[in-house]
Amino acid sequence: MADILVYALHYDGAFNKNSLGAVSEGSRLAAALGGQAHAVVVGDGASVELCATLGGYGAARVYRVAGPEGLAQPVVDAMAQLVGERGFGYALFGGGLLGFEIGAGLAARLGAGVAMEVTSVSVADGRLVAERPVLGDSAISQIEFRGDLGIVIGRLNAFEISPPSGEAAPVEDVAVEFSAFSTRARMLSRGEQRGEDVDIEGADILVAGGRGLGKAESFELCTELARALGPGSAVAATRAVVDAGWYPYAGQIGQTGKTVAPKLYFAAGISGAIQHKVGMAGSENIVAVNKDANAPIFEFADLGIVGDLNKILPKLTAALLARREG
Amino acid sequence: MKICVLVKEVPDAAVRKRLDPVSGRLDRGGERTLNPYDTHAIEAAMAIREGGVVEVGEVVAVTMGPEGAVRALHKAVSLGVDRSVLLCDDVLAGSDVAATGYALAAVLAREAPDLVLLGQQSDDGECYTVGAIVADHLAMPSLTQVIKLDVQAGDGGVVLRCERQAEYGYDTVEVALPAVVSVGDAINEPRYPSLKAIMGAKKKPLETVGAAECGIDVGRVGGEGSAARWSGSKEPPRKPPGLLIEDEDTEATVAQIVAWLDERKLI
Amino acid sequence: MGAGRGVVPSDYPPAVDSRAEFIRREIDGPDDRIDVGVAIVGGGTAGLACANRLLGLLADDPETMERLGEVPVAVIEKAKVCGGHSLSGAVMRPGPLLELFPDVSREQWRKEGFAFGEVTKEAVYLLPNRRSRLRIPPPPPFRNHGAEVVSVAALARFAQKRAEDAGAYVLTETAASQLIVEDGRVLGLRSGDKGRGRDGEPLASFEPGTDIRAQATVLAEGSWGHLTGAAIREFDLGGDREPQVWELGVKEVWKVPRPLDRVIHTIGPWPLSLRPRYGQIGGSWIYPMRDERTGEDLVSIGFVIDLDYADATTSAHDLLQLFKTHPLVQGILAGGERVSWGAKALPGGGWFSMPKLTMPGAAIIGDAGGMVDTVSLKGVHHAINSGRLAADAIYAALAHSSDNFDAYEQTLEQSATGRELYRVRNARQPFQKGFIAGAPLVNLAIATAGRLPAGRLAWHRNQDKPMFIGRTARRYPKPDGRYTFDKLSSVYISGNQTRDNAPNHIRVRQHVPRELAETWRSMCPAGVYEIPPDAPQHGDIDIIVNYTNCIQCGAITAKGGRLTTPEGGNGPHYQNL
Repeated sequence: MADILVYALHYDGAFNKNSLGAVSEGSRLAAALGGQAHAVVVGDGASVELCATLGGYGAARVYRVAGPEGLAQPVVDAMAQLVGERGFGYALFGGGLLGFEIGAGLAARLGAGVAMEVTSVSVADGRLVAERPVLGDSAISQIEFRGDLGIVIGRLNAFEISPPSGEAAPVEDVAVEFSAFSTRARMLSRGEQRGEDVDIEGADILVAGGRGLGKAESFELCTELARALGPGSAVAATRAVVDAGWYPYAGQIGQTGKTVAPKLYFAAGISGAIQHKVGMAGSENIVAVNKDANAPIFEFADLGIVGDLNKILPKLTAALLARREG
Repeated sequence: MKICVLVKEVPDAAVRKRLDPVSGRLDRGGERTLNPYDTHAIEAAMAIREGGVVEVGEVVAVTMGPEGAVRALHKAVSLGVDRSVLLCDDVLAGSDVAATGYALAAVLAREAPDLVLLGQQSDDGECYTVGAIVADHLAMPSLTQVIKLDVQAGDGGVVLRCERQAEYGYDTVEVALPAVVSVGDAINEPRYPSLKAIMGAKKKPLETVGAAECGIDVGRVGGEGSAARWSGSKEPPRKPPGLLIEDEDTEATVAQIVAWLDERKLI
Repeated sequence: MGAGRGVVPSDYPPAVDSRAEFIRREIDGPDDRIDVGVAIVGGGTAGLACANRLLGLLADDPETMERLGEVPVAVIEKAKVCGGHSLSGAVMRPGPLLELFPDVSREQWRKEGFAFGEVTKEAVYLLPNRRSRLRIPPPPPFRNHGAEVVSVAALARFAQKRAEDAGAYVLTETAASQLIVEDGRVLGLRSGDKGRGRDGEPLASFEPGTDIRAQATVLAEGSWGHLTGAAIREFDLGGDREPQVWELGVKEVWKVPRPLDRVIHTIGPWPLSLRPRYGQIGGSWIYPMRDERTGEDLVSIGFVIDLDYADATTSAHDLLQLFKTHPLVQGILAGGERVSWGAKALPGGGWFSMPKLTMPGAAIIGDAGGMVDTVSLKGVHHAINSGRLAADAIYAALAHSSDNFDAYEQTLEQSATGRELYRVRNARQPFQKGFIAGAPLVNLAIATAGRLPAGRLAWHRNQDKPMFIGRTARRYPKPDGRYTFDKLSSVYISGNQTRDNAPNHIRVRQHVPRELAETWRSMCPAGVYEIPPDAPQHGDIDIIVNYTNCIQCGAITAKGGRLTTPEGGNGPHYQNL
């Protein structure tokens, strides 16, 4: 069974990056298996035009299902039906809350194996092998599947998005009979933003401040830089400055705070002691500014700048803003 | 209302861990502790009981594990659970998460709870999945990453109004019972047990059950019955050493940084 | 003293009134409290030896067992698991442990994972400088043939399981915050509160402690016992004794490519300074550990220094890192991997500093009673022995409905423990005058097996020693993160999990002279004390206390501060230390 069914989440009129990554990855893997990647979209607000855009990321066909948005179990019903009718060998999800809930529910529904927090998938002997980090990212485990269906749930944003080709995929409306219990959950309000609750785990770019900032007010430098780096950026902090009251605990990264793995982690005035490192070492690109050339962070930063952050950050912010305008 | 709390004994986070080179499984020797996320689930159950909106008859802790897992159950009991059930059977060893969820659902079906609570993830790498799997087998609605839970008794019965953290923001979802809710650690601050509760824990009823008496199909559990299997381990890719710049001319340094970010399509 | 007397730590005491804070003079009613037969404060080597011995005796005497109630023996331990806060070298004389568990052979010790082989070869070195070594024949105290290399952290886990199987209630993650004393008798203890915030305010999870009433209370808190100190003051158990003095040991366990075949001790002078003004006395150990459960070859390496030094920049942790750079050590550790790290203070005063060990309703055992022979670096078998003897005396008293445990002190004095400690009673005091000045008398004491010098040599308290800023720090290696390590990454692998907003359990003066701040900063192996970068070089400064790094080694109490009872469950998580 070489075809892959990929779940795509739409929110606010667009597919999120996570889903585009999953579709891209599904398409790459399906090609390697000699099959096709099809996407499934469930909800009431997804237009045919929107669904068709998934073709640009490699989906050969998109199934559109009318149903409640933002809830997992109706999607399980839909995907179970599609797998049963069309014979997919794998189901692929891009992580995130719904990705996990749906993937897991589907595993239960169809008696399939599921691998989660997957960071990479390869093909061996015509079958998919999923890889996931374990033991705090210090080792990688490989998972294979038995049976008719394998379910892969990626780590959030782990799959790379292909450059869109602009191709439109054919969109097929599918009628799904939802299970009685799938509709016992009712969405009252979706996607509320909360200012004071800093959600750093979902951000693509994090600007983190440490003791080297010198004082609480200097967090402004980080906030400004985050703004200049674009939407999808957030500000975070080390435990030392949270303890000192310069930043709220919700933004703390480290051994007892949150663990993050953004595409870009910009560390300002952070020494990189291991208690902090364990919270962010999985970041794809690490840039560090610190006036101490011996700071441990320079040992694992991809780009390290030894200098005064009070000079560098404002100038960098200005340069980035100018670039966007120009 | 009857509440079941699913708990799990996991290796203590402070303990140095290693992968067994032969089986690829986490070397589960060493200290084990009640999964910290499950303490939030137990606290949530206590909050419902103490909230007074509905009458809670029994809070039962359920776990699947070897004999030593009774320790997790004792801890759960010291936190306020009334009795516990241990599903312990050699045939279950090596079960993947889907098989585990199937087995737990069988035990829960026997208990017929109105609400199943559990921690959304565990310290040994498993996340957000057991609740969804169990719920599907029990034909109950499921929500994960719940950080706020309000019980409301209405004409139609008891509903739960839940807030959960999705990657695009906070959702408010109403779900009718019976249901399965996986909670995040932001939902509450678990109480510490009193010494009296700790010492009295061993006296609370504890039932040990096997796979057969719960109607669990042996072919669907254990290492052989699991559909996802570990096939190897490897080291994570080593990062190449980074580039180090000393800032002498800040304008030039900044230009270098921008170029570096641009090259990697980060801006 | 050169330019000024130096700063004396005891001139800057923290605001702690041990009797007022750590003694409770009333007890809750039966509904609120817990009643036990024997309460043992501390689940370490001594405490668990006492628990196991007691339960063994009670198993054969159901009548007395019944009189002790529903909970005949309770062990109160502040770490998450017994052994979590236990650390020692250690090369242990096997006798007392074999007597405690006669059904467990030495081969089984190794299978259980707390013992790592019998000592068959050993070597003692003098290190004149950072490159050379001079092997000397082992002086009598260093002869370890027949002894066993053990891990007390692992041993405690084994002993905990045995005690629980025998019926003990082991209450882990439980601190003992107060001793309950009424009418001149110890009635029991009060467990610590949980769920207080940084400033002591009750949080949503707050749970107050509980009074535990016991027919007998055993203080087995180890080095710097919180309740032991209060008890000694309350019952004047130390009045006619020498003051206690302390040593600090920092230890690492390494996985090594080639097995080590011998037990090694080095007795200096390198890496310490011989200058009398510096007051540096210490040495190191390197012990082979063959782990039979995993097949790994490990090595235990540690550095111990008397806390009587006067150079404020002395850091036991960094001295261990420096020590590792010697070719002797590199030959053993190179190519290996550090797997554990920890630190702990130990009592160094010996015989004359031991307090009276009994008081109405209670007894003191193990390190809490100062039973360490610091000449031969042996304390583990004494801890086990004292636990056993206390159990015998307490059992005998309770069986006759008495609360007089004085027999324990007598039998201890007459036991091998008493004799061994007595023999070295004057063998270390001379070092308080310096290594060179003290060596002749120390050697005399060892050579005459304690007959000379005669009488009782005095100790002065570590915190009375004036501190100055010297040059020891200039020699510390810069940590490379692979062979030598900084304090923070070491604290990390100790498994330290202290709640972020737990109350501060360390009492020190905030505003102190620079010399004292430097003393604490250097001394603390966990990097708790920090000097702000903009603090002046001279005069008084405000010290930063990162108390969540604290691994509860206890050293601060020796040099002008005070380690008080932290919240149960916090602190390091030693596994094989």
